[in-house]
Parts: sequence; structure tokens; C-alpha cells
Amino acid sequence: MLKLIVCVKQVPRVSELPWDPKRGALRRDLADGMMDPAAKRALEAALRIKDARPARVTAICMGPPMAEATLREALALGADAGLLITDGRLAGADTLITTTVLAAAIRSRCPDFHLVLCGRQTSDSETAQVGPQLAEALEVAGVAYVEHLEILPDAESEGEAAPESGASQMDCGMDRDIGRIRVRRLCDGFLETLEMAPPAVITISDREYRPRHAPMAGLQTAFEKGVVETLDAAALGLPPDLSAAARSPTRILRVYSPAAEKRNVALRGSASKIVEALFQQYDDRIGGAAGRDIKPPEEE
Amino acid sequence: MIWVFGDYRNYFQNRVTLQLLAKARSLAEDSGALVCAVALGHGVDEYVREYIAHGADRVYVMDHPALAAYSAATFAALLAGLAKTHRPEIILVGATDFGRELAPRVARRLDTGLTADCVDLSINEDGLLKQTAPAFGGNLLAEIVTPRHRPQMATVRPGIFAELPHDDQRRGERVDAPPPDPMPADPATLVESVFAPRRDQRLEEARVVICGGRGMGSRARFRRLYELAGLLNGEVGATRPVVYAGWADHEALVGQAGRQIKPRLLFSFGISGAIQHTAAIHDAEFIIAVNKNPEAPMMKMADVAIVADAGQVSAALIKQLKERLRKHS
Repeated sequence: MLKLIVCVKQVPRVSELPWDPKRGALRRDLADGMMDPAAKRALEAALRIKDARPARVTAICMGPPMAEATLREALALGADAGLLITDGRLAGADTLITTTVLAAAIRSRCPDFHLVLCGRQTSDSETAQVGPQLAEALEVAGVAYVEHLEILPDAESEGEAAPESGASQMDCGMDRDIGRIRVRRLCDGFLETLEMAPPAVITISDREYRPRHAPMAGLQTAFEKGVVETLDAAALGLPPDLSAAARSPTRILRVYSPAAEKRNVALRGSASKIVEALFQQYDDRIGGAAGRDIKPPEEE
Repeated sequence: MIWVFGDYRNYFQNRVTLQLLAKARSLAEDSGALVCAVALGHGVDEYVREYIAHGADRVYVMDHPALAAYSAATFAALLAGLAKTHRPEIILVGATDFGRELAPRVARRLDTGLTADCVDLSINEDGLLKQTAPAFGGNLLAEIVTPRHRPQMATVRPGIFAELPHDDQRRGERVDAPPPDPMPADPATLVESVFAPRRDQRLEEARVVICGGRGMGSRARFRRLYELAGLLNGEVGATRPVVYAGWADHEALVGQAGRQIKPRLLFSFGISGAIQHTAAIHDAEFIIAVNKNPEAPMMKMADVAIVADAGQVSAALIKQLKERLRKHS
């Protein structure tokens, strides 16, 4: 059976949240959370594999306790298990610490995984760093921006499935004789096809794998019966004095609103009045750019 | 030393390495640091000359047949290895798709920090690289430093900085680094690589662009912008939330991760102005923005800021435009 892991992050539902200068963090507590849209596509890619062949999908999330709701949503969509890593000491982790923690959790709870799927980039940070760094942390193959994913049939890849390089030999030593993984991706205008023996980490492009909707019944069951295991840093064997914020190499000095202010013309009022005023003042410019004459005909 | 990763693939379109060399030169002004490019590949001599002509004092070269095709895993191992040997203070990487896959791997291997998609770089009073990047959805900018870990690493999108003019007379040093034996393998094998025909450039070349954001309120109202675009011989662009909501296709995304536009006239409807979006519209000649919130960053960079509901104003525009055009027909 294929063992798939999907990394899901809970992100704020709104794009603007106040910055708390005292804590040096975003006031995430003020917003409802939702599953990161990119992670949702990664989950969809995993579920499509599961639609076609026996597979077990584990959704894994690092975040505050409220992020459990995002794992419940993953269960409702079709994931088999949820794993929440939550610990106050992990607040403020940058991608280096985040990937260390995720790798520790994966090694501890799902060491015999075949494939880890991540979104291309989260909607709140957009760094696109966690996927590639997780491949390094787990010392497995890694490919970003995957648009199409297939598991080649075992027969076709017979004799090739053994790990080819040192990088594929994980400390877990589990049996991984499923077929090779073939991915297609668009990278800087090149349409690339890559193949690798499992295990691997891939990130899913935000063009493909439109997510399915959770059935209402599934949502209900996920909240009532679905199992979400919760781990803290100690359970992962991370040092007791861990402070992610202190250990993260990057430090945020200041957050501010960019003031790219122009001296501009402000128009207010009803929509039709505004548009009349706009045409009165700028019909030359609008018509010029459009290449059309939009001036009112000369008065007779 | 300040290093710039030599991202030479698709050289004539992709100038980001040259742009970063120019920025590195200005960062090195006070400290007198050496500006170095790193070229990994096979048959890269012409790029070595180019990098020197565009500002590099030194180019580290690793030339090997196994490096003929880009590989994030292999290049990351090699670049990290070179950095461990030569210990640059700073590594800058162009935020191409490849650079955005490579840089995080290198940072992880070097156990250091990385700031993605910087819109400005400078050296602060403590001599640290101050990395300014969009934060938290992009309505804010964050100034980030890497106080103790080295190197300090950042990626920068193409087009943020300007390259220096090509100078044939500039002198620089070429340092050939011996390829390791064995070469670090990428467990992912490249089976096929096709240079896909460039996507259509209609948005980039449009003289009029109508951009819509979440403030349009609904998919149906957003779709009406296509009618407006038709009347103005323009193209429709979208913000990331709109693409996420499924109101528009990813191909319409105007932003750092999408299209960079330079229209003579830009209509901006219901867009708050996240930096990922505004960074892609800097070259618009004249901006008319409609937003209920006069304080939205988009309104502040507009030439005409209309404080109103974007859906209502776009509807009124369509109506009055049709009337005006009818009178001419």
C-alpha cells in the first residue's frame, strides 16, 4: 500500500491582519483559519492517487491548537489520519526550523512513507521554501511545481525500484518496492518530465489539481470520529529548551506599510456621477490608450 | 565576498543574474567586498565573460558534463559545498522557478536563513544585509536580517533591480573549482525537457489592462470586467485571491508569481494592493483605482483614486462607455 503524507498549513482566512510589535508576530488569533489553498491542491493530488489504488493518506500540520480544524477538514476530504504538531515553543519558526520539525515528525510517525506532497507556496507567507527544504531534511528526492503525477506500474519498473543512490536509503530501511514516481512540471518555461524511486517530496503547482468539495456527511464524521494525533516538541525528541523563534536564523526587525504615495485625484459620490467626472477629465487619456474615440460628439 | 548564483538558462530573457550583480556592486561599495558570480554547468565560458562585463570581480566556475542540465539537488550540493570552502558573507539568487527551488535547499544545507522575493536589499548600520520582503499576504513589508548565521541569503525576482551596462574593458578573475568525485547525484532523473512555447503575451503587451480583485464581490461581477476590456481594447488581469477563488484563470494572474504588466492605462477594481501585485504594475503609466477603502495601498499609488464600490463603478463605466461609443457609430 502506498503511504502518502500531505503537509497542510492553516492560514488566516483574510489577507490583512494586524501586526503585534510586542510579540513580533501577526495577530493570527483574530482571524478564522482555513486550509491553505495550495495545500488543498496537494491533498487533492494525494486523494486522486488514493482514488486509483490502495493508499493511506496522512495529513500533517504544524500550528496552534486551532489548526486541528484544518486536519479535520483534510479527514473529511478523504485523508485517513491527521497529525498535529503543536507547541508554543514552535511559534515564530522560520522555514529552516519548520522543516526540521516536520522531518522529525515524519521520521517518528511515518518513516516508511513513499511520497510527501506539499503545496507550492502558502497564501500567507508565499516563500515556497518548505517543500524543497523538506526534501533536504529527509534526504530524499525532491521536485517542485509538479503539474502531473503518476505512479508507474510495478511491472514496468521491475528491477529499477531498488534505491539508486545513497540519498534514497532512509534510516527506516522499510520496504519501498512500489513503482517509480513520474512527474511533469513547468519550470522557467521548460516542460520537464522527471522520474524517481520513492521516497520523495514534491510540491504541487497551483494550476492543476482543482480541489474537491467535502461531502457534508464526511465533515460531520470527521469531526465526530476522525482521529487526529497531537504531538508536542518533546514527543518528537526535540530539545526541551527549544525556542523556534530564538533558533531561527532570520530575524524580523520591522514590519511596516509601504508608503508609495502619489499625489492623486480622489473621486467620490455615486457611481454614475464618478464615471461622468472621470470621462470629463480623462477621456483623452482613456480613449488614447484604448485607441478609440470616446469623446462626446461636438455640440451642434 | 558577495556571491550571485549564475542562472544562465534562457539567457536572453532571464537577466536576473546581471541585475543581482549590479545590486551586489552597490552593496559592496562601503565594505569593499568582492562581488563574485558562481557558474555551474558545462561550456559556460561565455557566461563567465558576461558576468565580469556586468560587474563580477571573480567568477567561480565548475565545468563538468554531468552539469549540462540544471538539477536543483545537484546544484544545491555543489553551491553549498563551494560556500563551505570559500565562506561568502552573502549569497543572492534570482527568484526564477529554478532559483526558488535551489536557494532553500542551499540554505538548509548551510543551516542558514533565507528571505524569499526581496524587493530591496541594503547593508544596515551593523553591517548586516537588510532584506526587505513582502510579508503576511503582502500588504506589509518586513525588514529581515540574519544576525548570526552565514551566509545571509536572499532571492530576488527578475526586474526588481537594473543591470549595469555591458563593459568589455572590465577585468575579472576566473577561478575553476574542481568537480567533486563522485558528482552528487540527483535521485530525480530528468527524462525529458522541452522548451515549451512561450505563453501568450497579451497581458504584458496590452495598452489597457483591467485588473480585478476580491473587492469585485462575486465571480459574476468579476466576469463583467471582460466586457469592459472588450470596449477598451484591453485585457483582464486578476489578483491571487481572485485566482484562488476560481473567478479567473491562473494565466490572468498579475503579480510577482504571474505577469508583469506595463500598460498605458490600468484600471484597478477592488484591489487592496498587496506587494506581490503592486510589484508587477510599477510600469503602468496611468492608474485609475476603485476601492471602498481610501487607505488601501493600491489607492495610494493610483493617479485617480475612486472611493466607491468597484462593482458599481465598473457597471456604470460599461454603461456610459457604450453610450459614448454608440454616438460615434
